[in-house]
Amino acid sequence: MADASVTDRIKQRFPEARADEFRGQSRIVVPAANLEEALTLAHGELGFDLLVDITCVDYLHFREARNRYGLVYLLVNTTTNDRLTLRVMLDEPQLTVPSAVPLWEGANWMEREVWDMFGIRFDGHPDLRRILLPEEFESHPLRKDYPLQGRGERHNFPVIARGEA
Amino acid sequence: MPLTEAALPADQQQGQDYLWTLNFGPQHPATHTTLRLVLKLDGERVVEAVPDVGYLHSGFEKIGEHLDFNQYVTVTDRMNYISPMANNVAWHHAVEKLIGIELTPRCQYIRVIISELARISDHLLSTGAIGLDVGAFTFFLYAFYQREKLYDIFETLCGARFTNSYTRVGGLMYDMTPLVIEKIRTFLKEFPKTLDDMERLLNRNRIFVDRTKNVGLLSKTEATNRSCTGPVARASGVTRDLRKDEPYLCYEDFDFQVCCARAGDSFARYYVRMAEMRESLKIVQQATENLPSGPVDIGVDQRATLPDKGQVYNTIEGTITHFELVMANRGLEVPSEEIYAAIEAPNGELGFYVAGDGSNVAYRARCRPPSFIHFAAFPYLIKGHTLSDVVAVLGSLNIIAAELDR
Repeated sequence: MADASVTDRIKQRFPEARADEFRGQSRIVVPAANLEEALTLAHGELGFDLLVDITCVDYLHFREARNRYGLVYLLVNTTTNDRLTLRVMLDEPQLTVPSAVPLWEGANWMEREVWDMFGIRFDGHPDLRRILLPEEFESHPLRKDYPLQGRGERHNFPVIARGEA
Repeated sequence: MPLTEAALPADQQQGQDYLWTLNFGPQHPATHTTLRLVLKLDGERVVEAVPDVGYLHSGFEKIGEHLDFNQYVTVTDRMNYISPMANNVAWHHAVEKLIGIELTPRCQYIRVIISELARISDHLLSTGAIGLDVGAFTFFLYAFYQREKLYDIFETLCGARFTNSYTRVGGLMYDMTPLVIEKIRTFLKEFPKTLDDMERLLNRNRIFVDRTKNVGLLSKTEATNRSCTGPVARASGVTRDLRKDEPYLCYEDFDFQVCCARAGDSFARYYVRMAEMRESLKIVQQATENLPSGPVDIGVDQRATLPDKGQVYNTIEGTITHFELVMANRGLEVPSEEIYAAIEAPNGELGFYVAGDGSNVAYRARCRPPSFIHFAAFPYLIKGHTLSDVVAVLGSLNIIAAELDR
């Protein structure tokens, strides 16, 4: 678990960042404009060399939420075993963030999945295509305004018979 | 004659793609599960591999937003169905961290035992499958026979062989009975013999070593850069193991080693898995012999675990807790917070990012699937190797499509 100095150093650099702690996990919310710098700082100076996951939460029905999406970066420093949860809040229509692939190669598929499921674009991603859902799919199903049972996309998919394939 | 563009007749050279494309999967015996690769080949050499995933996508994360914390455990069974117990433990580990539940010592020990047995069962399958893919069929049968024994243990423990759903918030479905412990002891006694046989079959087998050594090389920095964890990273020299680095449950109580290799090739990944099984046996041995007595579930006054029927019918606290948890407008008290908690699953770091909104249904249940992240590194690993090496690399990464696509 990251000690306070890590979040302090990010806060020093970006005074608008908000840091807190929950059950021993340090978390920091940085402004969307500073995301690229904050990730570079975490990867370089602070030594967070392992990107555990990138995920997103849609706060559409969340009580007292002020922003629509929260993009989450889970980072680990493998030398000190510190963990850091770096979050950035996003709102429509500004759903484009800089890609983390130049810093961590592992971000490639994680960002594709976030694009697939939430429709957040990653600027500078080498190959931003849908990953789990087919290319023809138009919605982003993990958004909260998408129903559990779908919108009938399945019926609209063309059926290819063996002879036509 | 090498197949290059220059080798083609002049009228065919212009814009002619001399590489040929091979579709590998989604239904192919060597992919074991439903995954697809589009390979660009130059003769037999793989120039480029483009994975196409999503054939088994079933919206597990969306379902997680509609099932409560206890119901969702049945879905986690179906993620990595080779070691469902580890998934159960991982899911409730995250949920309990979110709610802030401290487990009883007996429950912690039993969870350690089942996650280590799950690790053995997972490693048996992944090493067995790589053996099968490169031609060692006997090895695979040895591995599967022992997996059968593990399934018997799980069946005695919770009544289900494959989809166990054994954990509950703050406890377990059933306590461990003496019969289970007896079966585990028998397994601990008999399994090392098979493990020795398996090692003798393959560790110095020339065909196997030639097929897997120096295939699919992953350096230490690349492993971390590509977010690899677990045996895949440890075979490349990364010493990270959550059981040691961030001890969860009661892993601090046990004496075991973290198995690492330096080579980072398919053989090293196989070797690390074989070595880890021995360490897991050590942990299971220590845990079963020192199993603490006492309850497996946390107390009824904490209002988090469904009390057993004896308590419900005979004590007022039990009745109240049962009522509080079962009624639709009541249930667990969950903070409106978000948490990430991970365990060292057989395949790597398996974590859940759970967001609570006060109700007993997760607002967001993100799973960090190790298979997904390891498969992302596959095109890098296979580049420049031959077509026959595809299965040797794929087998060593242990890609489980149900976890890959969720």
